[in-house]
Amino acid sequence: MSRIEVRGLWKSYGERVVLERIDLTIEPGSLVAIVGASGCGKSTFLRILLGVERPSRGRVLLDGAPLPPEPGPDRGIVFQRYTVFPHLTVLDNALLGLELRASRVFGRLFGARRRRARERAAAMLARVGLAEALDALPHELSGGMQQRLALAQALLAEPRVLLLDEPFGALDPGSRGEAQALLLELWEERGTTVILVTHDLPEAFRLGTRVLVFDRVRRDPHAPERYGATVTYDLPGHNRARSPRAPAAERASPRGGPP
Amino acid sequence: MRLVNRRPGREAALVLSLLPFLLLVLAYLWGSAVRLAENPADKLLPWPSTILETLRGLAFEPDRRTGQLVFWADTLASLGRLGSGLAIAAATGAVLGLAIGLIPIAGALLSSFAAAAAMIPPLAILPILLIVLGTGEASKIGLVALGTAPVLVRDVALRVRDLPEELLVKAQTLGASTWHLAARIAAPLVAPRLLDALRLQLGPAWLFLIAAEAIAATEGLGYRIFLVRRYLAMDVILPYVAWITLLAFAGDRLLAWIARRLFPWAKAGA
Repeated sequence: MSRIEVRGLWKSYGERVVLERIDLTIEPGSLVAIVGASGCGKSTFLRILLGVERPSRGRVLLDGAPLPPEPGPDRGIVFQRYTVFPHLTVLDNALLGLELRASRVFGRLFGARRRRARERAAAMLARVGLAEALDALPHELSGGMQQRLALAQALLAEPRVLLLDEPFGALDPGSRGEAQALLLELWEERGTTVILVTHDLPEAFRLGTRVLVFDRVRRDPHAPERYGATVTYDLPGHNRARSPRAPAAERASPRGGPP
Repeated sequence: MRLVNRRPGREAALVLSLLPFLLLVLAYLWGSAVRLAENPADKLLPWPSTILETLRGLAFEPDRRTGQLVFWADTLASLGRLGSGLAIAAATGAVLGLAIGLIPIAGALLSSFAAAAAMIPPLAILPILLIVLGTGEASKIGLVALGTAPVLVRDVALRVRDLPEELLVKAQTLGASTWHLAARIAAPLVAPRLLDALRLQLGPAWLFLIAAEAIAATEGLGYRIFLVRRYLAMDVILPYVAWITLLAFAGDRLLAWIARRLFPWAKAGA
């Protein structure tokens, strides 16, 4: 569970301003949904949090410390596409994070350590409903199963913040509902801070404890690229499962959350 | 019905695909018969029985001078050189290609150099190889490796750069180091492409091998062809050419089979 603070953030590419004047504090354990029209910079904002893009101005702090300028295990990600590794089985996909962090030279575990990691990964996969598919390759899975695998994979790495970039956008309504429910359950169990970028307004309000709307407030009709988007609405979501500011003791956390 | 919409059935497709081969054989037999009728000692288009007789001698009767079965000794020598050269080229392609594609600093350092090196006509540096490495195995293996490696390096580098950024970012969020990214993500993901590139380089590899053998060798399929050329021994040259073609074809199928076996996930177009 981690606090994210965004202070005076701007992002521009040359003359084109994408984001401007963003000041935010994201409370630990909240599930913040970010919505906005396409091209409003919400994905750019997520990429800045991820460490793939850097702010042109301003700072982003994770638990009070500046964000590392590259992706790392403190921030997990689930993308809409290319979200799991096509050359690894379901189990190996889930194991990957455990193996990479435990073995600097081989990036693989052997013997008893592999068995322990395998048990953890298999338990997590069972939790997301993939117990029957451990040896399947990702292309044999449905889109919904792939996204559930991606969630399991990201959460096994125990990130301080989980970033989701339109993770359910490509799913059919049935599997989308399942995946959303699963996300809510896992979030409640673990208390990870989650930031969800979506273009689906009902999804944002259903899942989010807080909904941020990105839009351009200033417009210059002769130079539409002159001004960037900022947070225009900061609304409470319908997700009241847990108040993000509540003391830790009140949180229902059967598995004790990540350390 | 339009021609573009008429599809041959299974049997018809088989017959059609065999037809060009059949026509070639018939044309040869006709030409051979005409020439042999005019001059029974003609060497240019020997009758198949003559070719088979010569081939039997080369394949099953030890050479009087060296005691070797010439045909098999030539085949082994050539395949050894080809395999060694291609193995060196593939290893170079994998290592340098991964470095160039994955590490921006290595890319800045090496990609122009690799592009320039790929433009050097390999046959033009054959004399240099012969001078530097001598006329032994090294110069022939070296030519095959030098001739095919630049394409493999560039192909692997391009494939690595084409990998979805999402996968590389994702791996980093799972704790991957640069080495992990290369060894556990990029290398396995581009390995099927490397095998494909290797298949396409089989043709050039044989070209370089035969050129090197023609100039400096004491055995090998290319050496034999250029040796017997002086005696117009078409009864040796023709089966050797057919044999080289068959070997090249078999190599291509072998690599395709290996790719299918090792990378069952690649066929999904991921």
